[in-house]
Amino acid sequence: MSESNRTVKEENSDNKYLDMDLLRFTTAGSVDDGKSTLIGRLFYDSKSIFEDQMEAIEKSSKSSGEEDVNLALLTDGLKAEREQKITIDVAYRYFATPKRKFIIADTPGHTQYTRNMVTGASTADLAVILVDASKGLLTQSRRHAFISSLLRIPHLVVAVNKMDLVEYDEKVFDEIVSEFRDFARKLNITDVTYIPISALKGDNVVDKSENTDWYKGSTLLHHLETVKVDADENIIDFRLPVQYVIRPNQNFRGFSGRISSGHIRPGDEITVLPSGLSSKVKEIVTKDENLEIAYPGDSVTLTIEDEIDISRGDMIVRKNNVPTVRNDFEAYVCWMDEKPMDLNKQYILQHTTRTTQMYAEELVYRMNVDSLNQEEADELKLNEIGRVKLKTSQPIFFDAYQINKRTGSFIIIDPASNITVGAGMMRAGSTVSKDPKSDSKRSSFVSPNVVWEPWNISREEREKRNGHKANVLWFTGISGAGKSTIAKELERRLWDEGKQTVLLDGDQVRHGLNGDLGFSPADRTENIRRVGHTARLFFEHGNIVICTFVSPYQKDRKALKELFPEGKFQEIHITCDPKTAQERDPKGLYAKAIKGEIKGLTGFDADHESPEDPALSIDTDSLSVEEAVDEIIKLIK
Amino acid sequence: MSENQKDSHLKELENEGIYVMREVAAQFERPVLLFSGGKDSIVMFHLALKAFHPGKVPFPLMHIDTGHNFPETIEFRDKLVEKYGVELIVGSVQESIDAGDVEEETGPDASRNALQTRTLLDTLKEHQVDAALGGGRRDEEKARAKERFFSHRDVFGQWDPKNQRPELWNLFNGRKKPGENFRVFPISNWTEMDVWQYIAQENIDIPELYFAHERKVFNRRGVWLADTDFVNRMDEEKLETKTVRFRTIGDATCTGAVLSTASNMEEIIQEVASARQTERGNRHDDKRSETAMEDRKRQGYF
Ligand SMILES: Nc1nc2c(ncn2[C@@H]2O[C@H](COP(=O)(O)OP(=O)(O)O)[C@@H](O)[C@H]2O)c(=O)[nH]1
Repeated sequence: MSESNRTVKEENSDNKYLDMDLLRFTTAGSVDDGKSTLIGRLFYDSKSIFEDQMEAIEKSSKSSGEEDVNLALLTDGLKAEREQKITIDVAYRYFATPKRKFIIADTPGHTQYTRNMVTGASTADLAVILVDASKGLLTQSRRHAFISSLLRIPHLVVAVNKMDLVEYDEKVFDEIVSEFRDFARKLNITDVTYIPISALKGDNVVDKSENTDWYKGSTLLHHLETVKVDADENIIDFRLPVQYVIRPNQNFRGFSGRISSGHIRPGDEITVLPSGLSSKVKEIVTKDENLEIAYPGDSVTLTIEDEIDISRGDMIVRKNNVPTVRNDFEAYVCWMDEKPMDLNKQYILQHTTRTTQMYAEELVYRMNVDSLNQEEADELKLNEIGRVKLKTSQPIFFDAYQINKRTGSFIIIDPASNITVGAGMMRAGSTVSKDPKSDSKRSSFVSPNVVWEPWNISREEREKRNGHKANVLWFTGISGAGKSTIAKELERRLWDEGKQTVLLDGDQVRHGLNGDLGFSPADRTENIRRVGHTARLFFEHGNIVICTFVSPYQKDRKALKELFPEGKFQEIHITCDPKTAQERDPKGLYAKAIKGEIKGLTGFDADHESPEDPALSIDTDSLSVEEAVDEIIKLIK
Repeated sequence: MSENQKDSHLKELENEGIYVMREVAAQFERPVLLFSGGKDSIVMFHLALKAFHPGKVPFPLMHIDTGHNFPETIEFRDKLVEKYGVELIVGSVQESIDAGDVEEETGPDASRNALQTRTLLDTLKEHQVDAALGGGRRDEEKARAKERFFSHRDVFGQWDPKNQRPELWNLFNGRKKPGENFRVFPISNWTEMDVWQYIAQENIDIPELYFAHERKVFNRRGVWLADTDFVNRMDEEKLETKTVRFRTIGDATCTGAVLSTASNMEEIIQEVASARQTERGNRHDDKRSETAMEDRKRQGYF
């Protein structure tokens, strides 16, 4: 790779700072092992503490009655934590020496530990595991080692702390080292460095200690400054998840993203997933200059020789070196939410730049992170790690985490709360096929979802020509509330403005498409499901889709929402006093219900569940049709 | 492949910043870039230019104007907007005061810095902004050390430090309910030094205020404040002419100058390297209480 032009512009190369590189590391330890003290010590001895920071911690130390300046205070972040004297989450710290810039993901050692350490470890090149020399190797240290190996942190440092408490005894150190070594062997961890230190007194942290003349290795800081991390990158398998398409004019179409792995040059043959179409790289564009070659981590924009429809979530890869394309696979999942993983619940999976719906189909086993035993379990709870079979609605393009961290990792999101509830790493061995096309067809998703083939002409393209965005306006409310009247007027107004519109009305659909369905809760659900997918077809074809359905059940409407990209499905609640509705009775339904001819009429003897969070709520007792339409147009303008 | 050396730290930070910019453009409908005219927001804008080249930056700039800005800052802002043809949205604290939404502080330490929060939230709401890119860095202040790249805010614009989404690998979860929004910090991992080094490396234009110049100042509790119409100077605070520069540019009422002769980038970097005070140490607003920043963040401050 002699033409490597990664170094910054030549003329600047006499500036020292430009030669610095970056090391991200995480620190792991149980409560009171001395982690905060160690970080404080690294900062203090490497002169990364400012006077005002020092002043602030001196003040804090004094006011809490401590005699020495407490270096640990330097890294204790939030108010609540300071009061409770515990750290809650991952905090990021920065310091630099003339050789390197360091980013520390500092994770606290209490009960939420697994979740926090996994988070901190996900971006780390190295982990420092603290062991308290006076206590010896504890269960927690094994857990830290296990998580480091699971997250494939390539380099470990075992810092045996509080050596001052054991008179700097070589034997104590040796024992801990040999115990850890036995354990690490099982975990397939290769690069481990052991250092005896005292964070409190400063031995072997920045300066070499005179108390440990039996120790011949480097100090912690020296090790951090010199450990080689560039060899860890996968520069073979080219993967570019497309983040964003840049299209300033007719003549330029660039596909932007950050290269996950591998390298690429202009002229290289590429394949685009999921379409499977091939082309060649024309240029690698950056604002500074077009590149001759690009590497993992580079944020670039590719142009290609042929016109292929590519959008966010697609992946550009090297021809004949494609990742696995599947919608079912196995992964190690770390659960991060109070509510346990639910095997019957639909989640959202975010992987590279792609998001799709997913189910956890089966919990194969749970990992006991202390004993490393595989345990049978029917639940995965907060801070637990398990092997899980997953199924997604759309195929995803991935590599085993082991060989590619960026394309082998994902997060799980709860669609109700939008919170990140899990983190996963794809397993090796669950992958077979190398042919993207046959693969995506073969494995089909369980109902109620489908695999969506890419559209021939993308929605974005249609929207561009139509001159407006597509979206879905879902009118819900009892019969007689005014849904259809408002919808018709709204559609007319939009149509007159030159918009592409579709109006889907409950009655129409029930005559044709859903003629086989009645009004039982199950049939109502199915009715709404079909309409949702119909709306989706129109939506993907660039229309503003207006749907007017009683749709009394919250859960049905929620399921609909999941069919559409964020913000594209807007619920509009049309309401009025039930008495008004009965008076209006446009279809004579209330009259029939009063006579007892029909049962389960929503708004009469069946409830309508109001939307929790409608985009708009319109009370037709107080608004005229025109005013209602004005409101809606304002919403979508 | 031993020649494949690791990226310089600035290159890596730039790549990361560009990545975050593009995620924001892709995941949100109506993002804005909060632009104060200070060096951090200038660097952010520079990253945005790179992220979308040869296209235009696909979101407007938003400036929350306390009305107490240094004229140099406003001038700089307007020139930049004109040069790159971007849209500028200004949220005016003066208007919030006039509308009776907030009350002007009184007394010698009166500042509009805290009032900004309300104007910011109102302006975001008015423009239905769902993501606001901010130049906050985690090294600035303790409370920021735990801040995420994608920081979720509830419908009241509030930040809940206990209820933050874990952020793993480079996967940013920007999902939200209607009315909620995000603050996004593309230069989270940069330090003050990184910002200066990058400005030097990229030759980025910054306001003159950052370079040493002569100015009438007075000393208040160890902080050199500029003499402007907006600051209530006490009789015993006497004016002196000093050679100073600013390490951060904020509201003139609470941004202190440092005594310095650094008049070019090299000298500034030298000075930052040997600095004994964090840059926020010169900001009066953080000195008010030890957890000042955190309290304001909860209320929706940047
Ligand atoms: N004797 C001794 N005490 C230490 C050392 N490192 C930390 N400590 C003490 O151990 C306690 C816990 O330290 P702290 O850094 O808060 O631990 P953390 O919970 O891992 O962050 C404090 O009282 C420290 O002063 C050390 O090297 N030697």
